[in-house]
Amino acid sequence: MQIHLTYYAILRERRGLDRETVDVSDGSLRTLYQGLRQAYDFPYDEMHIRPAVNDAFCPWEQAIADGDHVVFVSPVAGG
Amino acid sequence: MLPPLFDLTEQAIRVTLPFSISSGTGALVSFDGIVRDHNEGRSVVALEYSAYVALAKREGEGIVRDAIERFGLLAASCIHRTGTLAIGDVAVRVWASAAHRTAAFAGCAFIIDEVKARVPIWKKETYVDGNPRWVECQHAGGVARPPGR
Repeated sequence: MQIHLTYYAILRERRGLDRETVDVSDGSLRTLYQGLRQAYDFPYDEMHIRPAVNDAFCPWEQAIADGDHVVFVSPVAGG
Repeated sequence: MLPPLFDLTEQAIRVTLPFSISSGTGALVSFDGIVRDHNEGRSVVALEYSAYVALAKREGEGIVRDAIERFGLLAASCIHRTGTLAIGDVAVRVWASAAHRTAAFAGCAFIIDEVKARVPIWKKETYVDGNPRWVECQHAGGVARPPGR
């Protein structure tokens, strides 16, 4: 299935892209993030990331489905 | 049309008060977060805020709605900048009105604390000595620091 990813802040810089569509073999957010982290040297483990699917925060255990929009939200710094 | 509970803007924040003062209002508290010239011992010359807009608005609206309910506010609103800001610019502005000052102060503090902790907005600081850096703050559920910090 295909997942649409958007990157922000430091993850965007590490990936070198704003967004991309990737093929994934299972619906695990954790597996997806771990693969990206290893490939692009993301500086945060899952403890420091909040996943968001289709513009809503969700638990790591939530299954992703074909066509979902996924963002891995790194530590924020508004204000 | 009702004013937004939470908004993002690429323009300088010049909004004075986005809602009207009802007759039962006894206190109005506002807070401005200002870009300062230093952070963690380094001289800052500029900074850039970027946001995951759809989720930031959803989270921000939820925070303001929650504050109104928790503290019995009569009205509240928050607006946050994105883009490149200079020293002295307003980065975020919060308003909270209530019948009494205790609730207005508490509601205003709650909103800015929660916005800083969990709204997906990121800050990149540029320093006098170069090497721009993404600032790491917090995540909901506790302080999030990368390993080694």
